[in-house]
Amino acid sequence: MQLFLVLQEGKRGVFINLKGMGKVNDGILCFIFPIFVTIIVVRLMYVLYWVRKPNRSLRTDNLRTLIVLGSGGHTAEMLRIVNVLQKDRFAPRFYIAAATDSMSLQKAKVLEDSLIQQENSGRKMVEASQFIQIYRSREVGQSYVTSIATTLIALAHAVWLTFRIRPQVIICNGPGTCIPLCTSAFLFKLVGLGWSNIFYVESIARVRKVSLSGLLLYKLLLADQFYVQWPQLQKKYPRAQLVGCLM
Amino acid sequence: MDGAGNGGRIRKMVFVTVGTTCFDALVKAADSRQVKEALSKRGYTDLMIQMGRGSYVPSKVSEEDAPLTVDYFAFSPSIADYLKSASLIISHAGSGSIFETLQLGKTLIVVVNEELMDNHQSELAEELAERKHLFYARPQMLQQTIETMDLETLVPYVPGSPKPVVDLINKFLGFPAD
Repeated sequence: MQLFLVLQEGKRGVFINLKGMGKVNDGILCFIFPIFVTIIVVRLMYVLYWVRKPNRSLRTDNLRTLIVLGSGGHTAEMLRIVNVLQKDRFAPRFYIAAATDSMSLQKAKVLEDSLIQQENSGRKMVEASQFIQIYRSREVGQSYVTSIATTLIALAHAVWLTFRIRPQVIICNGPGTCIPLCTSAFLFKLVGLGWSNIFYVESIARVRKVSLSGLLLYKLLLADQFYVQWPQLQKKYPRAQLVGCLM
Repeated sequence: MDGAGNGGRIRKMVFVTVGTTCFDALVKAADSRQVKEALSKRGYTDLMIQMGRGSYVPSKVSEEDAPLTVDYFAFSPSIADYLKSASLIISHAGSGSIFETLQLGKTLIVVVNEELMDNHQSELAEELAERKHLFYARPQMLQQTIETMDLETLVPYVPGSPKPVVDLINKFLGFPAD
C-alpha cells in the first residue's frame, strides 16, 4: 500500500522519501529495480545473440543504408565500396560526415550525381540520397575532459539522426563519427525500436593494429560483421573476416 | 626525340606532396641542397612541391637550364595531374596519396612524419615497402634513399577490389548471389 502511494506521487515523491521511509526503499530496491535490470539484461542477451547471425531467408526488398564518411583516406575507401554496391538494393542512401569535414560529403555528392546520370528510367523510383552532417565527438588534440561533453552531444545528435533515418544497414570504416552512430543504432536495437545491420570495414591503413573505433566495435560486439584488409589483423582478431585490400 | 622545347633535355619531374597536413621536415628536406643534387644526379630536371599547411617556404628556381627547377604551391583540388606527369613522387604516408600514386604505376618514396603522435601511418608504408611496392624513408634519410634506390627492384602494385566486401555484405543480408 505504501509503495503504491509513493509511486503515484511521481518521481519527486520517491526521491524525497528515499531517506526516511525504509519500507519504500526496500520496495523499490527489492522489487521494481531488479525486474527492470532483468528485462534489460535479457533483452541485451537476446540482441547479442542475434547480432552477427546472417539472414537465412532470401531477400528482395531495398534497405535504407547509412554510409559513414571520414577525413583522410576513410572517405576514399568508403566511396570505393559504395561504387560497387548494388544501387537498387542499398537505397535510399544516407551519407554522414562530421560537421568539420567539408570534403567528404562533396565527394559523395559527385558519386551520386554520376549515378543519376547513368540511371535508366525503367527503374523503380527510390528516395534520393541525403547528405547529413553530425557533430564531432572529439577534435584531434582536444582535451579529454571537454571531450566527454562533446561526445555526449555527438551521441545525442546521433540518436536523433538514427531516429530520423531509421537505417537498416550501416557501413563504416573507422572515423570517430561512427562510434556515436553505431552506439545509437545498438541502443535502438536494445529497446526494440528498429534493427540495423552494422558492417565495419577496418581501414587499409591498419595493418598490425586496429583503430580505436574498430577495437570498440569489436570488443563490445556492436558490429554484425567486422572486416579487415590485412592477414595480420585477421590473426589477431579471430572474429574478423579477411577481405583483402580494397584499394 | 627530346620531349621538351628548349635545352634538348628530357624533362623528368619530381612531385613532392604532403596532402592536407603540415610536414615542414619533408618540404625542408626536399628543398635542401643535398637532396636537390641527388635528384639532379639521377636525371630529374624539375621539382614541384605541394607544401600543404606547412610554414617553410621553398625557394623557387625558374631557370630552365638550372640543374633542377623548383616550384611549389600549397593546395590543389586535385593533384591527379601532377601525379600523372611526374616520374618520381615523394609523399607523406597518407593512405590516399599512397594508393592514388601506386594505382598510376608511379615510382614512390614515402616519407613518414615522425612528429605525428600515434604514427599508424607508418604501418602501411612499412608493409608496402616490405612488399617492394615503394621506398620508405625518414626525412633525414631522403638524400640517401634517392641516391641508392634501385628502380628495378620495385614490384608493380596490383590494385585491390572492394568486391569481396560487397559480396560478404550481400550474403549476410540474404540477397541472392549476383
